[in-house]
Amino acid sequence: MSMSDDTTAHVEGDPATDLGTGTPQATWPLYEVFVRGKRGLNHVHVGSLHAPDDRMALHNARNLYTRRNEGVSIWVVRADAITASSPEEKDPFFAPSGDKVYRHPTFYSIPDDVPHL
Amino acid sequence: MSVSDETTRLATASTPDGASDAPAGLERELEDAFEATVAGEGRVEPRDWMPEGYRKTLIRQIAQHAHSEIIGMQPEGNWILRAPSLRRKAILLAKVQDEAGHGLYLYSATETLGVDRAELTEKLIDSKQKYSSIFNYPTLTFADIGVIGWLVDGAAICNQVPLCRSSYGPYARAMVRICKEESFHQRQGFELLMTLMAGTEAQREMVQDAVDRWWWPSLMMFGPADGDSPNTRQSMAWRIKRHTNDELRQRFVDMTVPQAAALGVTLPDPELRWNDERQAHDFGDIDWTEFTAVVKGAGPCNAQRLAHRRAAHEGGQWVRDAASAYAAKQARREAGEQVA
Ligand SMILES: [Fe+2]
Ligand SMILES: [Fe+2]
Repeated sequence: MSMSDDTTAHVEGDPATDLGTGTPQATWPLYEVFVRGKRGLNHVHVGSLHAPDDRMALHNARNLYTRRNEGVSIWVVRADAITASSPEEKDPFFAPSGDKVYRHPTFYSIPDDVPHL
Repeated sequence: MSVSDETTRLATASTPDGASDAPAGLERELEDAFEATVAGEGRVEPRDWMPEGYRKTLIRQIAQHAHSEIIGMQPEGNWILRAPSLRRKAILLAKVQDEAGHGLYLYSATETLGVDRAELTEKLIDSKQKYSSIFNYPTLTFADIGVIGWLVDGAAICNQVPLCRSSYGPYARAMVRICKEESFHQRQGFELLMTLMAGTEAQREMVQDAVDRWWWPSLMMFGPADGDSPNTRQSMAWRIKRHTNDELRQRFVDMTVPQAAALGVTLPDPELRWNDERQAHDFGDIDWTEFTAVVKGAGPCNAQRLAHRRAAHEGGQWVRDAASAYAAKQARREAGEQVA
């Protein structure tokens, strides 16, 4: 899955992480949340949350992101499981599609009087 | 945490080519591109290069906003068990739950800037980060619940609607979500007050008393006067603030005056009157000494609010630990099953 933009830059939940308080503390892993607004639509990224496991993540996502029927289906994905393209390589990464104008219908000129084309 | 760290974490396939290590020429190029994006009303997204000042200002602003939503649950939560009917209790419960949600949307947005929510909570309860001063005032009667919805959420809406166009994508998107929910907050408050105003003389007095106490603190929610707000210019140039404090305050006053008339309450300001020339309301001077004192911790409830937040956080530690232990046990079990 490519998530070039919206993904939260996560801080991995390492149980031994010292959060600057001097005490070792477990941080729940970060999950990205995707909601299908209604049947027929794609799931869309809506935000993130922390949860101890997948099931709790799903429950928390329901409570946090769909309190008013905003969705009929939810995906939660651990942020560290997402591979994303990087903004720095934006140009070279997407460049191959830039010069292929013939992939677009407007590349082809057809007389105006030809119908349904 | 620097940009380069985040980039490597997420984009494992790419060469870590962090902005902070960039040579001066490249740095200027990046800064120019950033300025152009922002000036052109484009959006900045989490892993884009951004100036350190922009990142820091955003973290401070969004975290402060998140903390306000979380602390803001307390004055209203105070009345959930004493709500006068099941209907009012259900409404208040839903509103307070929304505020918790707003806090979480905003912590989530802050985390895209490379800070951790747990760290922000620590900073809040250690008084290293602020929250809105309005929540340091007590809710003395149930009329306060109506007035908070009307004035405090009303002022918040004034502040927040323009932030839906903030240059920082995750913040703008969180604000869109929040603004959708705020309208319910304001309307339930106004309806509550209308009900009280249609009641007994004592109930009307209760509403007026609440308005008298909350009016000036609500005006202070917009922050210091423009002349005393040195960071406004930079924040406006970065499009993370869209209007000055005084502009928003004026807008709020102009919106609220006819609502007060509809309700039949008096706003406690003898100097408040329509100015035909300015096509806006004139209003009296805000007591900035009070504002400064409350910001610095001397408000009626500052200590109580923070002590409560700390107790809730520390008292919840065993729940977080138990959930982590359970998740670890389940993961071990699953791993064991796969082996067998
Ligand atoms: Fe809110
Ligand atoms: Fe609200």
